[in-house]
Amino acid sequence: MRAFEYATPQTKEQAVGLLGTKWGPIAVLAGGTDLLALMKDDVEQPKRLVNIKDIKELHGVTSSAQGLRIGALTTLGDLADNANVLQDYPALAEALNDAASPQIRNLATLGGNLCQRPRCWYFRNGFGLLPKDKVGKDLVAEGDNRFHAILGNSGPAKFVSPSTIVPTLIAYGAKVRLAGPKGNRELPLEKFYVIPKTDTEREHDLRPNEIITEVFIPAAGGMRAAHYEIRQKAAFDWPLAVAAVALNLSGSKVLSARVVLGYVAPVPWPSPEAEQALAGKVISEDVAKAAADAALQKAQPFTHNSYKVQLARVAVKRAILKAAGGAA
Amino acid sequence: MPDYSWPAAEQRTLIGKRVSRVDAPLKVSGRAKYSYDYTRPGMLFGKILRSPYAKARIVSIDTSAAEKMPGVKAVEIIQKPGTTVQWAGDEIVGVAAVDEPTAEDAIRVIKVQYQQLPHLVSDAEPPAGVGGVPGPMSEDDIWDATDLMSPPQVASQVSQLGVTFKASPDVIDEFKKFGLPAEIVEAIQKAAYHPLAESSHSASWYQKASALHQGDPDKAFAGAEAVSEGLYGAPVITHCCLETHGSTAEWPDKDHLLVHLSTQNVSGIPGQMAEPLGLPAANIRQQQDHIGGGFGSKFAADRWDITAARLSKKAGGKPVRMMLERDSELQVAGARPSAYARVKVAAKTDGTLTAWHSESWGTGGPGGGGMPPIPYLFNIPNQHKEHTAIRNNIGPARAWRAPNHPQAAAITMCALDDLAAKLNLDPLELFRKNLGITGPRAENYREEFAIAADLMGWKDKWRGRGQDRSGSVARGLGLSIHTWGGRGHSSDCDLTLHPDGSVDIKLGSQDLGTGTRTCILMVAAETLGLPIEAISLYIGDTMYPPSGGSGGSTTIGGVSSSTRRAAVDAREGLFTKVAPALNAQPADLECVNGTVRVKSDPSRSLSWKQACSKLGAVPLTARGKNPDKSKPPDLTNSGVGGVQMAEVEVDTDTGVAKVKKIVAVQDCGLIIDLKTAESQCYGALIMGITYALYEEKIMDQLTGRMLNPNMQFYRLAGISDIPELVVHMMTGKGYDERGVIGLGEPPVISPGAAISNAVANAIGVRVPFLPLTPDRVLKALADHNLD
Ligand SMILES: Cc1cc2nc3c(=O)[nH]c(=O)nc-3n(C[C@H](O)[C@H](O)[C@H](O)COP(=O)(O)OP(=O)(O)OC[C@H]3O[C@@H](n4cnc5c(N)ncnc54)[C@H](O)[C@@H]3O)c2cc1C
Repeated sequence: MRAFEYATPQTKEQAVGLLGTKWGPIAVLAGGTDLLALMKDDVEQPKRLVNIKDIKELHGVTSSAQGLRIGALTTLGDLADNANVLQDYPALAEALNDAASPQIRNLATLGGNLCQRPRCWYFRNGFGLLPKDKVGKDLVAEGDNRFHAILGNSGPAKFVSPSTIVPTLIAYGAKVRLAGPKGNRELPLEKFYVIPKTDTEREHDLRPNEIITEVFIPAAGGMRAAHYEIRQKAAFDWPLAVAAVALNLSGSKVLSARVVLGYVAPVPWPSPEAEQALAGKVISEDVAKAAADAALQKAQPFTHNSYKVQLARVAVKRAILKAAGGAA
Repeated sequence: MPDYSWPAAEQRTLIGKRVSRVDAPLKVSGRAKYSYDYTRPGMLFGKILRSPYAKARIVSIDTSAAEKMPGVKAVEIIQKPGTTVQWAGDEIVGVAAVDEPTAEDAIRVIKVQYQQLPHLVSDAEPPAGVGGVPGPMSEDDIWDATDLMSPPQVASQVSQLGVTFKASPDVIDEFKKFGLPAEIVEAIQKAAYHPLAESSHSASWYQKASALHQGDPDKAFAGAEAVSEGLYGAPVITHCCLETHGSTAEWPDKDHLLVHLSTQNVSGIPGQMAEPLGLPAANIRQQQDHIGGGFGSKFAADRWDITAARLSKKAGGKPVRMMLERDSELQVAGARPSAYARVKVAAKTDGTLTAWHSESWGTGGPGGGGMPPIPYLFNIPNQHKEHTAIRNNIGPARAWRAPNHPQAAAITMCALDDLAAKLNLDPLELFRKNLGITGPRAENYREEFAIAADLMGWKDKWRGRGQDRSGSVARGLGLSIHTWGGRGHSSDCDLTLHPDGSVDIKLGSQDLGTGTRTCILMVAAETLGLPIEAISLYIGDTMYPPSGGSGGSTTIGGVSSSTRRAAVDAREGLFTKVAPALNAQPADLECVNGTVRVKSDPSRSLSWKQACSKLGAVPLTARGKNPDKSKPPDLTNSGVGGVQMAEVEVDTDTGVAKVKKIVAVQDCGLIIDLKTAESQCYGALIMGITYALYEEKIMDQLTGRMLNPNMQFYRLAGISDIPELVVHMMTGKGYDERGVIGLGEPPVISPGAAISNAVANAIGVRVPFLPLTPDRVLKALADHNLD
């Protein structure tokens, strides 16, 4: 690892003041479970780390009638054990417990989870986020893309968005709150993610001099939600497809639905097609299957990942059935 | 002459019992010291600049900026300009510095110019018509050939093709030392020498071995009642040692080198480091307490170890720690060769095997590699076999636990399983029917099959292919069998009785985590009638008598035999000294329960301590050896058999296969420690599940680099992926009297084949290649549905 400067601000204003206007030279350090790995592999080479863990207001979870406010520094482990999460957002608890390992969940923060870098093996081996070889060949399109995107992949970005928790947060309608030099802003979590078109862009809308302060999830009401992951190993493995579904039911009829896919695109992938297919329906095996088909209709797999289309379909279908209380 | 034979069953106090390993408390409490843990004041840290290209000529190297960097103590060029590197990650320059970050910084400022050359990192089926003419043979080729052909056949191939190396006296000695048959050695001495020109090397990525023939396969296929055809294979995987390769080297003075090298071959290290360092082997000392995995990849002092020694010398003898990074470990520190085959196998309708035809290929990196021993175990009367070795740039191969056998099993046992399916036979019946052609272990397999079938509930559970389904879940059973040699290696052991009653044992062996320490102590304690705790054991140091490398399942047979002979001789020596005090003849005495006593009158006895006080002022040391024809009987043996059955569940919507249960029934002669023997099998099954389902060294065709040199994409089974494992060791009559035989390799051979067969049985179609990942399972299902 290269030498770096280390700062431990006490307030978010101080933290923001220590950040810069360009990605790269300065990085926010939370639990370090991703950032330090990237630094050890020399994929990221920050000259200054801004450790935000001393900033009190970024810690803690508070519940109100409006919903749940989760400080960015809340660890995945603490969040999974939180009584409000277990009671009101069980699908989130499940997604959290499915992620990583207990040791990592004890260190990894929610803010860091939202900002963790993609797992694309070209990126992690130092070929860049939009990897090309010397003569400009697209390493993913022409290389080993078995784990890459099947949707939203027509531009240079072909990695998949790495969080397995974010799809569920989006399904629950979560918002992310940011602090920057010009104050605070809030945006729906799904709008936080963008598909980069050039090497200087990141995969989210965070500015280099902003930090995530908290995530807010509106009260779940009578919503029924589910998280479903397909991965080969029982634990501690990157999934091949993720689906999160939240249903607003009236009786057995779907009033409205959120269907969000993970591990299929460079961003978490809400599927209005699937949501429409569910609206007004009574969930059945066939309805779930039709929605799953709709979600993947525009999939454009590469040479080695067409199997992921099938897996994503199965994940969506099973998540819908699980949310509706049927068999997963 | 004393009786060295193993004690009879009714006399054994320790041998054959379940004894927990003596180093378990150290390991679970983190106190066991591995080479990685060896730390010295003022120690320097070594790092290596590695080639980013899979094939390139080094044009120039400029280390000046690194040499000038504060904190850098030594720089050593490993491969000079003009050399062609043959794989990404190959070593170019080594650096030693005061800490790791400084060493890394130094590596980054070294300027190397490369001329990139076209590489091949694929091991896909060779295009038709390539590699028609086999080239001259390398040393590896010759050894490979001996696995497949008779000595006269190999000798004639050597004469025909010539060799790629100079047959210097050293090289010839080496061949002789490792037991190459005399007629092949002679052929090598006479063979034409064809140095492998760089260009011809890269031009011949594909090397076809001559076809092998037995019986009349054409006729047998023409008249066959049933023929099954299929595609099978196993990819390149790495050893993935959790303790990476490497060492710490230091020079206590300018003529002596002390190394702590993570190795399976403690006694062999000085000899390997001597020549490159220009130092007598006698001046090199190697030490190792514990090793974090080797699996066949840690027999040598590697180039990075030699580099560490050179860097240390340049830095005035200061210790230099050079342990590989995880990514280098996975890229360069060893891989198991791949093997794939198109197979045709013929049988009578009752399942009797009649003919085999295979066209196989695979790679072991730049060396190419040989054909795995197919058809494995079943000596089918009529055979035709062709093999193409792919010499590519994926990095070097190393022996991987039971070299070539898991691949051969995956190809053969899966082909036979498909044949059984085609004949609508239970594979258990087909395998049993053909045991007659498996050689000397046939009766063992028969017994083991009966036990395994019982433990698996095979009869109740087995259904025809694709017959056991509920919803998207398909269940299935599969089986495989395997064999291995496992004769004990040469081993010298010194056992010393001290006048105060204490006992120590010294031997230059190593405990790979298999329980070697425990077994040595059990043998000595049993022989001396003492508890294990009464004996101090010293291993892992070249100051102790030499013992062979721990490879090929040879350790237990070697160290138990040498320890037994040393202990018997020491005991006899003690009897001679003690006899007068007990008014008896030495031959009348026995060691039982911490006493030395008269066999016919146990009341005439001395405590162990009293007995040892009769030794006088000087301790008594006895040297036991294996082999030792002068001290019969032979205490070790060769040849084991094992049967494994796997039960799986496959989600046919997702292609995810889960192993639900594995049964392993295994023999290995006389078992010293039943508990560590069973542990060998458990470990092998876990390793087997991993290579069956998850593991693969994935190479990127464009960049020539390994894509998964890390633990997030080089996936190993986790605790929740491990199902019920049932291990049954064959013991008692028919097994014990064979002597001690090694067990490290055999149980890892069958899991891949058994799991693949279970998946085929579950989903009704063969997934050709391991690992059985969801994409492959889904593709096999989709291809099947198209048919
Ligand atoms: C072995 C392993 C398995 C894993 N498995 C899963 C899994 O199954 N599912 C899953 O979702 N994740 C998984 N992860 C990823 C893990 O969840 C993330 O590494 C973790 O959440 C990151 O949080 P952190 O606090 O450690 O972040 P850090 O490593 O400290 O930071 C990560 C990134 O986020 C930025 N950052 C952190 N906090 C903030 C903030 N408040 N404001 C702005 N930027 C910030 C950092 O600058 C950095 O770029 C796994 C990780 C590992 C190592």
